[in-house]
Parts: sequence; structure tokens; C-alpha cells
Amino acid sequence: MPTLNIVEAINLALHQEMARDKRVIVLGEDVGHEGGVFRVTTGLQKKFGEKRVMDTPLAESGIVGTSFGMAVYGLRPVAEIQFDGFVYPAFDQIISHVARIRNRSRGRFTCPLVIRAPFCGGIRALEHHSESMEALYAHIPGMKVVIPATPYDAKGLLISAIRDPDPVIFFEPKRLYRAIKEDVPEKEYTIPIGKAKIVQEGNDITLIAWGAMVRECQRAAEQMQNKASCEIIDLRTMSPMDTETIVTSVQKTGHCVIVHEAPRSGGLGGEIIARINEKAILNLKAPIERVTGFDTTFPYYQNENNYLPNSSRIIQAIDKVMMF
Amino acid sequence: MIEHFNPLEGKFLQVLDKGGHVYKILEPKLSTNDLKKIYETMVLTRMADDKALKLQRSGRMGTFAQVLGQEAQVAVGLAMKKEDWFFPSFRELGILLVRGSPLEKFYLTFMGCEEGNRTPKDINNFPVCVPVGSQTVHAVGAAMAAKIKRDKVVTVVAFGDGGTSEGDFHEAMNFAGVFKAPCVFFCQNNQWAISTPRSIQTAAKTIAQKAIAYGFQGIQIDGNDPLAIYVATKEAVEHARQGKGPTLIESLTYRIGPHTTADDPTLYRTEKEVKYWQERDPIKRFKIYLQKKGLWTKKYEDNLIKKCTKQIEDAVAKAEKIAAATKPEDMFRYMYEKMTPVLQEQLEYLHESLGEKEA
Repeated sequence: MPTLNIVEAINLALHQEMARDKRVIVLGEDVGHEGGVFRVTTGLQKKFGEKRVMDTPLAESGIVGTSFGMAVYGLRPVAEIQFDGFVYPAFDQIISHVARIRNRSRGRFTCPLVIRAPFCGGIRALEHHSESMEALYAHIPGMKVVIPATPYDAKGLLISAIRDPDPVIFFEPKRLYRAIKEDVPEKEYTIPIGKAKIVQEGNDITLIAWGAMVRECQRAAEQMQNKASCEIIDLRTMSPMDTETIVTSVQKTGHCVIVHEAPRSGGLGGEIIARINEKAILNLKAPIERVTGFDTTFPYYQNENNYLPNSSRIIQAIDKVMMF
Repeated sequence: MIEHFNPLEGKFLQVLDKGGHVYKILEPKLSTNDLKKIYETMVLTRMADDKALKLQRSGRMGTFAQVLGQEAQVAVGLAMKKEDWFFPSFRELGILLVRGSPLEKFYLTFMGCEEGNRTPKDINNFPVCVPVGSQTVHAVGAAMAAKIKRDKVVTVVAFGDGGTSEGDFHEAMNFAGVFKAPCVFFCQNNQWAISTPRSIQTAAKTIAQKAIAYGFQGIQIDGNDPLAIYVATKEAVEHARQGKGPTLIESLTYRIGPHTTADDPTLYRTEKEVKYWQERDPIKRFKIYLQKKGLWTKKYEDNLIKKCTKQIEDAVAKAEKIAAATKPEDMFRYMYEKMTPVLQEQLEYLHESLGEKEA
């Protein structure tokens, strides 16, 4: 079994899906000849040709809008937006068309489209290159929002996203692109969208995170292992969210900390707390804590480490909840 | 032909003038059936539009955009093949009808029922698009897909002069040029975007000339002349089908009615201007043309009006029946292929709050 990082795992998934289904095409800025700025699409154009792996003009709304046209016509486009901070020109296409065509046409037209974009901070990048705006997309009825945290999940979730009959935003934690390696099966496999993963079982407290924050939770849990038995949930899909896994875990532990890089106010942490309140408030032994980014613009990199949640802030939150 | 009508040289295609005189050299060879189809669909469109206005005014239908004055558009549909795809904005009832969209769908959409957008499976008409100009990129994408799949399919997208100011129009034209997409851009320049005149949309002398900057052909035509629309669209569609790339057609017309039923055009334009364009009415001039060919008689007209009235009454009755049968679950069932647990829960809640058991 090959040992791959996230970039390689996604690349493998794209190669396999393009070989399996000739309706799958890849398009975006620099994705063809160069293989993308993070090299995620390396080798695809050479193997599948310029018709199926297209370098496009520099125009995000055009990329998503034409991908929408291709998807409704019967292809399965996988569009890459170079950075999360550059999706916004395409936001109208996503919210006004991609997410709603199945509903507004009563299923006559559908949009099986995947929009891939690297997201989150932690790589000392330029302005607009470090954002975590998953809540914006999870708020759109009709969209699915998926964020893998490991190479194994990246491959299985992307294959599921490509085969999904509905549009999926696939955010790739760029900080982890080459940071983790693990065994990734050569053969194709899928991981269901809409299902969270219990990364580590525990009895005292539930930690909920996604993307690069899963690793921070693992670090915190390791340091806390003599004080508290942590159950870690990797949400994997922001929308539709797996309420059941969250609620079942909190019913068991009675304590919960939610960790996300995104700004605190209006972030998905609030939504998760609401769902726990609706279904498991009487199981709670303490208020739920959030460890999040701040309601500030994502800072230039001198302040990046002060912005990003890390294991020590997570440990402080665990202590606070457990002491309640 | 299109190459002889360079918009930068002020060229303008007209085949049938306002008095119904035809320029023989440009006259298309259309069968009697096709000529009648153009006329009959224009008349049906105008009558259906008028009925819609009455329904709206009496509270039986919501806000909608009238076609009035722009009925010559039906010729676009006639120039396309059945397998081609059409992406409308929201003022293309004539094109949708000539391409086979059932009339009740139009009423349904504006009676507030998504069923209106459920185009029959064998008709490649996209639902109306409200966000101005955003549909242009869809048509280009579908055209790129047709090319990738080696289908001999062309896409046609309609939009207004206002739509050409949107960024998506630029991106669509640019993508179409770069990928030589088999796509035809049909701009209904009706000269007003609500209260904003064409002169505020662009400093360019014509909209047609914008095509040149994107590396393909453009033509400005008389948009109240069904024959000019037919000739230009037919050539553009076949040009695209042969792999020669896109075309921008600027169809110069005029919106006789308000922007929508919520608009009052007397606030921003003169009676004189409206009258000028009423004299250039597409139906009036086409009637004279048919009459000269011996295809139009009083009896033909009477029968046509009777037929259209019946068709409209039937469509309205059907639409009202379908709209009245709207159920709470209609909101939920098409959000995803399979309803998510959260949506299921919300639907159950809605049923409970309405004091109903789930159907």
C-alpha cells in the first residue's frame, strides 16, 4: 500500500476517477500544464489531454459558471479555485445557480459539480490566502461542504464527491497538504459524505474539529491523556452535518469543546452547540466551549500563530470545561 | 453573410422593413409552415402576455416581465435544432414557446410555483434566469461540454442590454472565444434596463462590436424583424455547429411595456419614443409580408385568435390547478437527490406545526 500525503492522495483520486468515467473533467487556473500551484493536478493533462484537463482564463465566476453549464449538460466537472480567498467572484454562481438548479427545475436539471479549493491558514501565506469560510457555504441550501483532514479521507471523500449527484465544495487544508503521510489503498474506495469520523474514542469529553484542527485536537488529547479521556470527532462534512454522531458522543461524555479556525461569530461551532442543545442538553455537565479564530480579518503572518487555535488553547478549554 | 455586416462600420441587418417590404436578396427560403409558425407564435406570445397582465392585475398571478414589442424573438427558436439548448433570461416567452415549452409552465412560474421550471425531458430549454447576465456562462459551459462530447449541439443564450454590463457577460464571451465554444449570444437590446438607458450601459457605439474584442464575430440586426433574426441566428448557429466558434447577435428592439408589472415606465421615457417603436411593430409588419404572399386572410386571423384564446384558457386553467395543489414537501424534496436527515426533520416539524400528518 503506498504511503501518500494529501496532495498525492487527491491526485490519485483524480487520476482514478478520470480513468473510470470519461465525463469527469478538470478545469481551473494553472491546473493543466503546470499541475496547479500546489501540484494537486500534476500529470492529469499529460494523461487525459487538454480537452479533459483545461487551463482556463483567470476568472472564477467563469470557471464555476461554465462548470455549471457542463454539469447540467451531463459532464462531471471538478473545478479548482486556486485559493479559498478567491472563490468570492464565483459566489453568485454557487448560491444562485449551482446550489439551486435541482430544486428550481424540480429535478429536470442537476449539477453534479465539485469545486475544490485549498483553505485555512498556517503556511505564512499572502493576504487572502489563509481563510476558513466554510460556514458561508454550509449556510447555502443545496450545497454539500466537505473537508478532509487526512490523506486516506482526502482520497475517499473526493471520490464520493465526484460521484455525488449534488454539488460539493471540497476544501483542502493546505497546511496539511504535505504534512501528514499515511497508507492510502491503491484501489478506489469511497467515504460517505454526511458522516463524521470518530478519530479517537474517549469517555470524558468530546472534541469536535475538522481540517487542520483535528491534528491540534489530537495533540491536546495526547497531552491530556492522564487527566481526561478525550473523544475526538472529525466532522468531515460540514453540510449535511452528522448530528447523530455528535449527539451520541456528547450524551456519553457530557462535555464538549468545538475547535475551528474560522471566525467565532457565525462560525459552525454555534450551529453545533445549537444541535447539541436541541438533542442532548440534559446530558451536558458543563457549558460547551469554543476554541476558534477571532472575529478579525485573518492577519498577515506575523500574527498568524496568535490567530490560529492550537493545542495549548484547546487544553485550556478542556480544563475549563472539566473543572466546571 | 455576417462577415459583411461589420458593426464597427455601422452595418445593420434588416430583411423586412417596418412597412413589410422585404429585401429580396436577403430573404430566407422558409416553408409556408415555418412562416405561419413565426406569425402564429408571435400572436400567441402577445395574447398570452396580455392574459398574464390581466391575471397579475387581478391578483391571480405574481410579478412578471412582459415580452410586448419583442415578439420577433420567436425566429431564434426556429433557427435552432431540437437538440440545441436554449438558456433564456426572463423575457423570452416567444422563444420558449416556439421550442416547445408548454404554455402552462410560463403561467406556473409566475404563479409562484417551481413546477413552471420543470421543462419536459425532451426539450432542452433551461428555466428562466433572474440574476441578470449570469446565465451567459452556463450556455458557454454547456457548449464546451457538447464540444467535449462531440455532440453536434449548439447553445443559444438570451440576455438584455443591461446584462452586457455584468462581469459574467465578459467572462462568458472570453471563455467562448478562448475555447471556441459552439454558442450563440443573443442580446435583446430593448434599450432600457428598468429606467437605465442603453447609453449608460456602455460607451461603445454598438453592443455587437464587443464580439470583436473577444476574437469572434458580432452583428447588429433589426430585432423587430423576424426575418433578420432568423437569417442571423441560422447562420450563427450553423457556424457554431461547424466548429467555427461563437457569434454575438445584437438584436435592436424595444420594450413597449414596463420592465415588470411592478414598474412604471412613464417615469423615465416619453410617449413619443414608445409611439416611434409601436410603428415598427414586428407582428404588424410580418402580417403585411404574409398578406403579400397570400398566406394571411381575415378568416385565418379569426381562426388563429380563436385557437390561441382556447390554448391560453386551457393553459391558465391547468396552471391554476397545479399551483393550487402545491404542498409543503415540494419545498424540501428537490434540495438534494436524497433528502438529508435535517431536511426530513424540518419537514416533519412543518407538518406538525400545520397540524397535519406527513403525507
